[in-house]
Amino acid sequence: MADSIANDFALYLKMVSQSIRSQLQYRLSFLLMSIGNFVTSGVEAFGVWALFDRFGTLGQWSLPQIAFLYGLVNCVFAVAEGLARGFDIFGSEFVKTGNFDRLLLRPRSTVLQLAGHEFQIHRIGRFVQGAVVFGWAVWMLGIDWHAGKVLLLVFTFVAGVAFFYALFIIQATFSFWATESLEIMNTLTYGGVETAQYPLAIYRKVFRRFFTYIVPLGCITYFPAIAVFGIDDPLGSSRLFQYMAPCAGLGFFAAAIFLWRFGIRHYTSTGS
Amino acid sequence: MAQILVENLEKRYRIAERKPGLWGAVSGLVNRVYRDVDALHGVSFSIEPGELVGYIGPNGAGKSTTIKILSGILVPSGGHCIINNRIPWKDRVAHVAGIGVVFGQRTQLWWDLPVIESFDLLKDIYRVLPLAYRTIRDELITLLDLEALLDTPVRQLSLGQRMRCDLAASLIHQPDILFLDEPTIGLDAVAKLSLRHFVKRQNRERGTTVLLTTHDMDDIEFLCDRLMLINHGTLLMDGTVNDLRSSARRVVVDFEVVPALSPEHLALRLDPGAPLTERVEFQVSSQVPAFVSAITAGYPVRDLTVEHQPIEEIVADLYRRLK
Repeated sequence: MADSIANDFALYLKMVSQSIRSQLQYRLSFLLMSIGNFVTSGVEAFGVWALFDRFGTLGQWSLPQIAFLYGLVNCVFAVAEGLARGFDIFGSEFVKTGNFDRLLLRPRSTVLQLAGHEFQIHRIGRFVQGAVVFGWAVWMLGIDWHAGKVLLLVFTFVAGVAFFYALFIIQATFSFWATESLEIMNTLTYGGVETAQYPLAIYRKVFRRFFTYIVPLGCITYFPAIAVFGIDDPLGSSRLFQYMAPCAGLGFFAAAIFLWRFGIRHYTSTGS
Repeated sequence: MAQILVENLEKRYRIAERKPGLWGAVSGLVNRVYRDVDALHGVSFSIEPGELVGYIGPNGAGKSTTIKILSGILVPSGGHCIINNRIPWKDRVAHVAGIGVVFGQRTQLWWDLPVIESFDLLKDIYRVLPLAYRTIRDELITLLDLEALLDTPVRQLSLGQRMRCDLAASLIHQPDILFLDEPTIGLDAVAKLSLRHFVKRQNRERGTTVLLTTHDMDDIEFLCDRLMLINHGTLLMDGTVNDLRSSARRVVVDFEVVPALSPEHLALRLDPGAPLTERVEFQVSSQVPAFVSAITAGYPVRDLTVEHQPIEEIVADLYRRLK
């Protein structure tokens, strides 16, 4: 078992390195795409800043707090988007073309093969942009750091990547039924990034519930952020809940894998 | 025990009916009508280790559906299938580790990677040990003459070159079963020949079991001892190529005058609808001597020749009659 996981991971690394090498063959294109990715996602940051410059605060929330959420979700999303490219393009490149059969003909899990399909390095543009904003936010906030907070942040980062990765897996699963990747999933992926830039507390109750219990976006951004800020949650959540909340991101990932398996069973029985 | 055992295999596809026009497309969103299509209708056969079997049939007959089920990537609606003591779709990962599959229409290689790196990745995917890999890789490179192609990305290869690489890729893990789905489609004469020689050699020397679908009867004549013919999801023939060949002879008879043939003889004409002339071509499936003596005894005959019908024509004829 452990041996097989190590073997799977070694294969994954090999596929990823293969993918990176082939992207680096076109150096100029890589540079331009990274810069483009940096600029387009950076425009959003500018938008947030412009908003605050005009209105000062957003209720009780300060610009550095918003910037913290903004930087966190952008970094996490950039990593997930770069890693999950195989799932993102699954409908058009694998189902529609029948190329998925090729993956099924190989003695490896389909998740592993799709995960290793492509690692998009130009997503580094969004990551750097998010990291800069995040760094500025941390500096401005003057957070009282201790080991627990650092661990929480690392945990949140991992769970956040898992959360967005899961969204891409769910999107891919839908394409077994509707070949084109659904636009509706974009409202959760890109829409999720936009939503999570602002504190969950500013949204209506029904949205808060949705983004906590169904699509636990708030659990990988808002709740752990409250704990890191060291403030009381206007929504009334406990510190313990805030620390445990990122688990929901991992749970969401597990649910996505389960759904994926179900999709595969559908695919192999309909053969379409 | 048979290496591949197939019993009563059935596959029913559910296809959404498309109505014509924009309105049809819109109404189809709300009220979708499905139609069931039986792709396989109780197909049974068994294949022993080391056999080289041709699997033919018109387009849409059910060949690819069968291959997909045998490869473990499609679950049948009914029936049994056991390959190397496993049910392919129940235990996909273990099953596909022991088979090689080549689809002529679609490459198994990585489009952007040089050929040698594709092989290298396959080595890891199939967990082939480094030493065994080097031996088998070098052997395949020599046999399929791939040396000059190794550093070329797959997308830059010609169809014939790509097919050779695909064939090599399907054998890197040394499977004991090989499924070839239309491997010679679109290839030029030279590429076809080298592919056939390679497959034959692989079968003879390594004892690899091969199941081959094709539309090219020369593939069948060159490669296969055994032939299975499928149409409309039903197996119509399972026998040796020799049986098929000897089962159909063409007898060309020049009569002295336009003959008044008996109904039984009329039915044996190659083209039963054509008007009668002095020359009549018969298609005789068995008992050629008895037929010839009946004809010569019954009618005034000037000349008579018995011809082997090319296998291509026999099969085309079968397809036509099966419609």
